[in-house]
Amino acid sequence: MSETTREPDARRLATDARDRVRFEEDALALSDQVYRVARHLVGSREEAEDLMQETYARAFRSWRSFQPGTNLRAWLLRILTNLNIDRGRRQQRTPDLQPLEEGDYFLYNKLEAAGEGGNDEERVVERLSQNDVVTALSEVPHDFRDVVVLVDIGDFTYADAAQILDIPIGTVMSRLHRGRRILKKAMAESAVGGEAA
Amino acid sequence: MTAYDPCAHCEEMMQPYLDRVLTDAERAEAETHLDECSYCRKRYHFEERLRQFVRQAVQQEAMPVELKTKLAGLRTPLQ
Repeated sequence: MSETTREPDARRLATDARDRVRFEEDALALSDQVYRVARHLVGSREEAEDLMQETYARAFRSWRSFQPGTNLRAWLLRILTNLNIDRGRRQQRTPDLQPLEEGDYFLYNKLEAAGEGGNDEERVVERLSQNDVVTALSEVPHDFRDVVVLVDIGDFTYADAAQILDIPIGTVMSRLHRGRRILKKAMAESAVGGEAA
Repeated sequence: MTAYDPCAHCEEMMQPYLDRVLTDAERAEAETHLDECSYCRKRYHFEERLRQFVRQAVQQEAMPVELKTKLAGLRTPLQ
């Protein structure tokens, strides 16, 4: 091999290594944010930790398939949700389409009715505990919880959530709407008990 | 035919309003009603505050340091 052929090869390898290291550093810098979403997509901390390791191992192996300039956090979450489905949720359940009678004002109305004294909306929120939220979220069925976690906790757009979950944007919107209502009903039950039933 | 209920209509617009996906006309319609209706206004404020509260509540649990170390260990070794 001539000297002139070897030089471009060496330069290409160096560029490749630099791009890979940069990708890995960028992905690792997002790991806290990815974990926060992962933690509530799956049932337990242990599962979330396993899933994170599998996700990052796969991401590092297939880093070339990431298109620079696009949303890396969404790309990582796409890998994570696919792995999560592979791990036991291969069959996405058909969402329960039974009507949910409670409307969007349900939780406020329940908390307000159960409260004593002032009904300032700030104070009404204070009637919920962190535990109420975490418990209620874990009770939301997966199909709905996925979109609530991605949009309301992960701060992804409808379009990003649709891409991550590989579902139409209209499905994201309908599941989000229903998921939030299920979450609020569960929070009401947790905070107010039997009165919310 | 059921009578038009502006509060029920405002309730339907609450989630898309807070998600900022309403059209300008729909948003203006919601805001006009909210200016006049303390019942709906309280519930919109509550919902906005609730979203912040949910986000803060579930983000309390930070990623374990050991996991961070394990993820860093998955990087491709430099030649």
